[in-house]
Amino acid sequence: MKILCAVKRVVDYNVKIRVKTDQSGVETSNVKFSMNPFDEIAVEEAVRLKEAGAATEIVVVSIGPAQAQETLRTALAMGADRAILVQTDGATEPLAVAKVLKALVEKEAPGMVILGKQAIDDDCNQTGQMLAALLGWAQGTFASKVVAGDGKVAVTREIDGGLEVVSLTLPAVVTADLRLNEPRYASLPNIMKAKKKPLETVTPDALGVDVTPRLKTLKVAEPPKREAGIKVPDVAVLVDKLKNEARVI
Amino acid sequence: MPILILADHDNASLKPATAHTVTAATKLGTDIHVLVAGRGATPAAEEAAKLAGVAKVLLADDASYEHALAEPVAALLVSLAPGYSHILAAATSVGKNVLPRVAALLDVAMISEITAVVSADSFERPIYAGNAIATVQSADPVKIVTIRTTAFEAAAAGNCAAVESVTTPAAPGPSSFVSAELTKSERPELTAARIVISGGRGMQSGENFPLLEALADKLGAAVGASRAAVDAGFVPNDYQVGQTGKIVAPELYIAVGISGAIQHLAGMKDSKVIVAINKDEEAPIFQVADYGLVADLFKALPELQQAV
Ligand SMILES: Cc1cc2nc3c(=O)[nH]c(=O)nc-3n(C[C@H](O)[C@H](O)[C@H](O)COP(=O)(O)OP(=O)(O)OC[C@H]3O[C@@H](n4cnc5c(N)ncnc54)[C@H](O)[C@@H]3O)c2cc1C
Ligand SMILES: Nc1ncnc2c1ncn2[C@@H]1O[C@H](COP(=O)(O)O)[C@@H](O)[C@H]1O
Repeated sequence: MKILCAVKRVVDYNVKIRVKTDQSGVETSNVKFSMNPFDEIAVEEAVRLKEAGAATEIVVVSIGPAQAQETLRTALAMGADRAILVQTDGATEPLAVAKVLKALVEKEAPGMVILGKQAIDDDCNQTGQMLAALLGWAQGTFASKVVAGDGKVAVTREIDGGLEVVSLTLPAVVTADLRLNEPRYASLPNIMKAKKKPLETVTPDALGVDVTPRLKTLKVAEPPKREAGIKVPDVAVLVDKLKNEARVI
Repeated sequence: MPILILADHDNASLKPATAHTVTAATKLGTDIHVLVAGRGATPAAEEAAKLAGVAKVLLADDASYEHALAEPVAALLVSLAPGYSHILAAATSVGKNVLPRVAALLDVAMISEITAVVSADSFERPIYAGNAIATVQSADPVKIVTIRTTAFEAAAAGNCAAVESVTTPAAPGPSSFVSAELTKSERPELTAARIVISGGRGMQSGENFPLLEALADKLGAAVGASRAAVDAGFVPNDYQVGQTGKIVAPELYIAVGISGAIQHLAGMKDSKVIVAINKDEEAPIFQVADYGLVADLFKALPELQQAV
């Protein structure tokens, strides 16, 4: 079985982002970018499935600017076999990304597509579900365990009340949650090897997909600021403040 | 045009998230329909009919909807979509799973976790873990939107809308439910509680959580956790508060042994009053806390439990 993984280049999760003063977006020049953390988990899962003999080839895909090649090289260094960059400089909305991925799925015919559950920049949590819809496939979202079987995959999902197990007929779409695995760090030899692995660049046009955004961003603003309050010396003062000042207990 | 809400429920009862979604819908129009898709879900439908502002409840009762699997529920919503201006759901694990599937099947964009309705086609939503608020506008014929429940009050009960059965399309069956392991608790639900007490890595182990639970029980509070505490196995996954866990905004949030990473703050910084207990006076959590106590939690928690 071939596995396709989608990896997004995002502002690193440690960066405290700043909103542009003209409210057109967030400042992205001179900030560190890295692979969306959930996508690292997705790639790690694919690599483990391959190591366990359940998968034969891992193809990683990113839709984004030329710099997304670095993200793809990271995935190759983790153990993916081949990469495809679908190059575009504009914003990539989940529906457009899902359409691009659908076009690639039709070419590559994977048995499973693994994505992150959420990109930590747009916080949409949509793309995997959309791809599954467009393909008419089953979806196993927010996965914390994936067990590939014969023509099926059992996915343990993190839901509001706890955990749920669903069985999906393959091919299927899975989206990775935080506790699916702990992604490995690529070793130096693997980083060197990754430089020689195939990385193909295509355009959305060549795939016949229109990636023009559907939504218009009218503005991006700072959230209301929360001021730090006071330090209390001990528990007695804390309880007094909560009872008599804040009146919450 | 009417607005359709996908209800969140467990067949036997309606989840409070739905009442919050109804309030968001009242900001878009007055003809509000609530879809209850389930099996033996009449009790949930009757609860939905009581919510103020609801004009009609649609009940789709079929075995394929028992566990709210995305494939059949999305197919049902698509069959009902013509004639609706908006399809809404709470940003719960059901809403997040189903609505993007509906949007793609209808070939429209989706707007996730809105915190405000600006107009019928424009919405505010947090991005970058809540460090920026985007206002987005949709030109699509139907708007598919999930609601952050903490941003909208719950609609009151006291209505008596009609419950109508709807016919269900053939259910696509590429997935099936196997089992569920739900966390049982006598405490209030995290997202609906008036007081939330969360523990972090500083708790050191799951065995120490009873310290926190004893205080929670005295205050009638729900118990939450940071990702680090969940990853370490101290508490189940559904305790996680944050960017990728639950979003809470109680009257009082007490963070115990939590450093205050942006991903955690994203889930609780809209709480009315924030208390932080941490032994490191430099911990970033103090930057958002109304009352900070620099102390060893193993000393402070028992004292606090005595004092309240
Ligand atoms: C993609 C992504 C998503 C994430 N989503 C979330 C999320 O939804 N929710 C979330 O919480 N995190 C999330 N995180 C993780 C987040 O970045 C932090 O790693 C996490 O919140 C840290 O948890 P913590 O504060 O419990 O642990 P730490 O950062 O280790 O802090 C422990 C704190 O306990 C204090 N402490 C220790 N011992 C004591 C004691 N005896 N008494 C008093 N204080 C003590 C320490 O001083 C320290 O401040 C996410 C990360 C990523 C990359
Ligand atoms: N531009 C992109 N390139 C590659 N993968 C993407 C892109 N956007 C989203 N994805 C995938 O879809 C997941 C969910 O993203 P989102 O729906 O934007 O929250 C991510 O974790 C990625 O796996």
